[in-house]
Amino acid sequence: MTRDEIRDVILEIIEDIDEDADFDSLDADQPLRDQLDLDSMDFLDIVMELRKRYKLQIPEEEYPELSTLNSCVNYLEPKLKDS
Amino acid sequence: MAFTSIDQARDRYDVIVVGSGLGGLTCANRLARAGHSVLLLEHHIQLGGLATWFKRKGHIFDVSLHGFPYGMVKTCKKYWNKAIRDSIVQLNNIVFDNPQFSLTTTFSRDDFTRILQEKFGIARTVVEEFFSTVGRMNFFDDQTMTTRELFEKFFPGRTDVHRLLMEPITYANGSTLDEPAITYGIVFSNFMNKGVFTFQGGTDKLIGMMADELRKNGVTICTGARVDRIIVENGRVCGVQVGNRIIAAPSVVSNSGITNTVDNLAGREVFSPGFLEGFDSVKVNNSSCQVYFGLRPGESFPEVGDLLFTSTAEEFSSDEMLDMETKSRTFSVYYPKTRPQHPDYTVVASMNANYDDWAGLENDAYKAAKEAMIERCFMDLDRYIPGIREKVDWVEAATPRTFNRYTLHTRGTSFGTKFEGLDISRSIFKEVPGLFHVGSVGIIMSGWLGAINYGVIVANDVDGFLRC
Ligand SMILES: Cc1cc2nc3c(=O)[nH]c(=O)nc-3n(C[C@H](O)[C@H](O)[C@H](O)COP(=O)(O)OP(=O)(O)OC[C@H]3O[C@@H](n4cnc5c(N)ncnc54)[C@H](O)[C@@H]3O)c2cc1C
Repeated sequence: MTRDEIRDVILEIIEDIDEDADFDSLDADQPLRDQLDLDSMDFLDIVMELRKRYKLQIPEEEYPELSTLNSCVNYLEPKLKDS
Repeated sequence: MAFTSIDQARDRYDVIVVGSGLGGLTCANRLARAGHSVLLLEHHIQLGGLATWFKRKGHIFDVSLHGFPYGMVKTCKKYWNKAIRDSIVQLNNIVFDNPQFSLTTTFSRDDFTRILQEKFGIARTVVEEFFSTVGRMNFFDDQTMTTRELFEKFFPGRTDVHRLLMEPITYANGSTLDEPAITYGIVFSNFMNKGVFTFQGGTDKLIGMMADELRKNGVTICTGARVDRIIVENGRVCGVQVGNRIIAAPSVVSNSGITNTVDNLAGREVFSPGFLEGFDSVKVNNSSCQVYFGLRPGESFPEVGDLLFTSTAEEFSSDEMLDMETKSRTFSVYYPKTRPQHPDYTVVASMNANYDDWAGLENDAYKAAKEAMIERCFMDLDRYIPGIREKVDWVEAATPRTFNRYTLHTRGTSFGTKFEGLDISRSIFKEVPGLFHVGSVGIIMSGWLGAINYGVIVANDVDGFLRC
């Protein structure tokens, strides 16, 4: 998957979690949590959805890698390169 | 509700959930939605665990529908469905009445900020600082500070303020001033977010909607199915035994209490000495007593508040609240609006209680103790609803023995375990692959919201295990 595709997948998953999420003013280098009102339960949902779609196991210690949109893409890019 | 008989269950599932409390139900639903085959086994004839109700003489009494935090709105929408979310409504009139103060509040941060300034004369900066301190607390933070120390730091010597802040939480989860302050901070902040909420339509409606959703997602549900044993072979889970049936599964989620799960269902022999040492230090929480009042058809009373924290004890004391003859109780008042489909007036008095005080009583003494408790509740309730005695056509009491009988929980615990139980529950699957625990532990994972969210957290662990 390309970086753009990964980015779209993340946004799609977040939209499933919160249909009111507003991506227009999203800063890809700022924490998603603050901008989209996501809590730790929402991040768990993202982890579970990534596992379901791509059999991707993200250990708890690495959850912080998902904090911004760009850090998500950086973290997932090598893992999803063959997906 | 008609459920599958255990004889018709298949021989094998991806996951078996033992117990249908809110934690077990939510975990089952999440796992089914993630594509796993799920069997849910419940020993009682009804689903819901402590989220339960019962019918008497035309009344429906709710056992644990006194109020939950606003977080339930988001949680129910995400992990159940929108129809469930849409039935959540606010309780606006929360009443405190004790020798130190009497007031009505929405139990929200704004209202508490006002009350603490206007009624208790606390400076706004202190109130703000207190709220932001508790609001920042996380379960992995330092646990050495107790709630007592937290209160003394912000409101030294103000036993009235301590009471306002603590009494509701002691009812909500049995905690005392000597618990880690973080457990207080997390639960209190959850409530202060927006106030106290309830489920319109009653517990029966909620659990019915959840059962429909589970069926829709393909969960096989068996009630009247008590799991005798979780089978562990070569250090891994391989199924459960229910009566004379063995059902295979690579993962089992126990929503039975953590103490029951280790001591009775899996058996101590499957755990390491190090794990058991930690486990043996886990203390279960207190139990409860309740008295249920149903109004004769045609009778009514004016609005007196939705949830009343009442006490005639001079000061707050969690020990006093546990006493068999406690002078402290909450009254949850249910009006016709509670169950528009079945309008009625009921009142439920709730008290904290020690299992040991009730467990040893002989039949006659037990009956007499229940009668005396009912009488004390009548006396107190009459102050808020004059003439209540003449208005009711049903009164009944429940004790720690009742809670033990219906949920099998060790010492009838109402709120799982104290803080140390969380770590044991979270680490059990690292000890025995395939064995998971969900349900009230660690104070913060109890209550309706805590149990449901914990169900989601554990479902994620199980899903990770099954897809490994
Ligand atoms: C009196 C009272 C009032 C409360 N009021 C509130 C309130 O107002 N708001 C709030 O948020 N919370 C309240 N609570 C707390 C809340 O109800 C609980 O924290 C929550 O419902 C617990 O869910 P749980 O998942 O831990 O499972 P539980 O409800 O404890 O259920 C466990 C289930 O497992 C089943 N089980 C156990 N062993 C077996 C076995 N071997 N085989 C098969 N099944 C088994 C039991 O029958 C039970 O159904 C109250 C609790 C009590 C007791």
